[in-house]
Amino acid sequence: MIAGIESYGAYIPMYRMTMDILAQVWGSAGRKGEKAVANWDEDSLTMAVEAAIDCLRGVDRESVDGLYLASTSPPYREKQAASIVAKALDLRRDVVTCDVGDSVRGGTLALRAALDAVNAGSAKRFLVVASDCRVPHAHTSFEEQFGDGAAALLVGASDHAAEIEATHTISSEFMDIWRREEDRHVQSWEERFIVEQGYLGHMSEVATELFEKSGLRPGDFARAAYSAWDQRRHREAARRMGFDARSQVEDSLLDSVGNTGTAQAMMVLVSALEKSSAGDRIFFANYGDGADAFAVRVAGQIGEGPERRGVRKHLASKMMLPNYGKYLHYRNLMEWQPVREIPPYTSLPVTWRDRQWTWSMRGHQCRQCGTIQVPVKRICNWCQAKDDFDEVRLSDRKATLFSYSTDTLGTFNPDPPNVLTVVDFEGGGRLLTTMTDRDPDKLQPDMPVELTFRKITEHLQVKNYWWKCRPVRA
Amino acid sequence: MAESIKDKVAIIGAGCSRFGELWDKSYEDLIVDACYEAFEDAGVGPEDIQAGWVGLGTPIAQTGGAVSIPLKLDYKPVTRVENACGTGTEAMRNAAFAVAARVYDLVLVVGMEKLKDTGAGFGAAFNLPVYHPVYEVGFSAPGFYALAATRYFRRYGLTPEQGKRTLARISVKSHHNGARNPRAHLRMEVTEEMVMAAPIIAWPLGLFDCCGVSDGAAAAIICPAEMARSFRDDYILIKGMGVSAGPGQGGIRTDYDYTVWTETEYAGREAFAQAGITDPRRELSMVELHDCFSIAELIAVESLGLCEKGRGHEDVVAGAWDQEGEIPVNLSGGLKSFGHPIGASGCREAYEISTQLQGKAEEPSRQLVNPRMGLCHNQGGVPGKFYCAVAVYGLPE
Repeated sequence: MIAGIESYGAYIPMYRMTMDILAQVWGSAGRKGEKAVANWDEDSLTMAVEAAIDCLRGVDRESVDGLYLASTSPPYREKQAASIVAKALDLRRDVVTCDVGDSVRGGTLALRAALDAVNAGSAKRFLVVASDCRVPHAHTSFEEQFGDGAAALLVGASDHAAEIEATHTISSEFMDIWRREEDRHVQSWEERFIVEQGYLGHMSEVATELFEKSGLRPGDFARAAYSAWDQRRHREAARRMGFDARSQVEDSLLDSVGNTGTAQAMMVLVSALEKSSAGDRIFFANYGDGADAFAVRVAGQIGEGPERRGVRKHLASKMMLPNYGKYLHYRNLMEWQPVREIPPYTSLPVTWRDRQWTWSMRGHQCRQCGTIQVPVKRICNWCQAKDDFDEVRLSDRKATLFSYSTDTLGTFNPDPPNVLTVVDFEGGGRLLTTMTDRDPDKLQPDMPVELTFRKITEHLQVKNYWWKCRPVRA
Repeated sequence: MAESIKDKVAIIGAGCSRFGELWDKSYEDLIVDACYEAFEDAGVGPEDIQAGWVGLGTPIAQTGGAVSIPLKLDYKPVTRVENACGTGTEAMRNAAFAVAARVYDLVLVVGMEKLKDTGAGFGAAFNLPVYHPVYEVGFSAPGFYALAATRYFRRYGLTPEQGKRTLARISVKSHHNGARNPRAHLRMEVTEEMVMAAPIIAWPLGLFDCCGVSDGAAAAIICPAEMARSFRDDYILIKGMGVSAGPGQGGIRTDYDYTVWTETEYAGREAFAQAGITDPRRELSMVELHDCFSIAELIAVESLGLCEKGRGHEDVVAGAWDQEGEIPVNLSGGLKSFGHPIGASGCREAYEISTQLQGKAEEPSRQLVNPRMGLCHNQGGVPGKFYCAVAVYGLPE
């Protein structure tokens, strides 16, 4: 079997923060551009679910044999995130899940492992997701640079959107950016050293060796999609690898999304794939604790299947963060006044017992009367039949907003109001949930909405995830 | 064969504490205030009471001890009942059944709540308790009721401005009533413009669309109807009691549209059948109903069959629910202005109807002319998942 990329997807959070906001807060010179900021109810796990859903449009989820989730910012230091993502995606019970962490190169390492698994015949389809929501120290260049996002690639043996012609990897003990067990924010060494010896040195080394190994030259590639330190060094890396920065190099997304860490290189690759047609060759490389390089050949299935939102559509769909205060709330960067309110509820037995309709958002369809209902109960809400249901996944169904209200007191919400919603699914079924990524002044009964996997509360050191709705991201 | 509760049980005494932010009163003080007024009104003492039912919606106290401890009720049987905001009428109903069964001849009913010790307002202290890690998290009482307002406006073609103005008129009416009621919590008149301009709590509901969060207690002494005349001539008879505990399908079934209180329809039908009422709008002299939010009143009037569905806003504009109107609604000020100590409200509604039927309104301008029969409507839960109790009280014929 020859493993290739069957499908791809990406996710960029709705909110963007302009560099002007940071310039105002810190009194520094304004820089151009903006970066993507995950909403308060998002993290690397929820963004991974989004990118994976985008990648799996039109793909039978039962056919996925494995899921690698790469991130340096998993929600739990101990407790696998990939297994939660797999459950939210409603993948098979016997899916192989694994978190790949501790390096922004994790996504491409996971890609290599997935290619190996498919080539070895131990899996037919392997999903590789890279997602990061790294929280930088305030008032640093990292605060300007770091953005949030995710990308996903479906590796498989047939119907390729892109084939992998060659790969090369170097591993390196080189230390540039790190975060200790007890730290929330990354540390780094002097920039001149880590860029010159680290980023630029490793990128040119891995590219040179890939060219030698494959017999390809820089001129053979239509596009070069690779991770970036900053815009200037991104161009410098192109020069050292032998690419023409203007005609060949794919936009780094630094000025629109930011440096999304583990997700960055894969998001740039997705962006390149979106513009490619069959036969195009893409140089794809990633840096961090060494480097990975791939020669990717765009294949016949590119552009087939349902349209993905990918990088392009997610980029175009955005809301601007009005101020830095919102950002502080979203990333919980200050000590806030305690609120007198009934605490949220956390019960792992309840979470486990309800896993089919919470994590996987499967409703019940009554075998007697055919109606769909959620949350699931023993007795049919319509015909009172007992214990006679089939499970149906509702998370990917079209839906409309039957009614809504905006609770300005906003319990458990650092960004009130709580938009309470009654969501009716196409084909039946209704859900009470809250709405996220919304402008409360632009809501209308009967408007189209879609479900999105989010963090609902954090309580007793447990993050309780579930599905909210949002206006459809056009 | 089941029999109607009609004319079997009489209220021979009623009491009600002042409602409000009663910082200087504990829940035990409120029980003493309400019960001793009821004892005095009935001409009995605590030693005469054979049993008690206490309605308490929040866990501020547990068991029947909530009443026997403050009153030192000497080891008598007391039962605590809970049906959220519909608790008060449920306490009355269970006590009435015990009396109708002639298990007891003199029973104390108390509804009570002490909300203002929690240090929070509607959003927090009054927030629905969370029983699930994710489902309905963040859903509040105002938020739930506002879902109904949004849909009501949509269904009946009211613009948000028209809808909000209709609701505003309801609040203006309720405050006009409550401002003149000495025991009410929020005793001030409000104007339509004040209501419209008030801060939004849960769109489209603003501050003046929401009831007071109050401390308070209300009590009644009941006995078998045939014994009532030995206590007083102007006793009040229970004419009918209907209850519906909804199966909670509003958030699940797509055929529920949030413009009707289904449980209210069921409970109303049962109560009217028992009372022999066929045209409630004409036969009832007054209605005390559960207006925790202005939209709750608008829809409850329709669901009780006092007005055609979708025509409530026309009634509001015509003043049909004013004191001088066709069917006075919430003459007390309602939950809106009189206040809403959760477990107390059903008993407080019974107190208002008793005093009106007996011609004893403390402020003379509030007194109706020759009222004969009143309805009390009390509901707990949220739209789509209600518990509702309806009771009809009337003078002997």
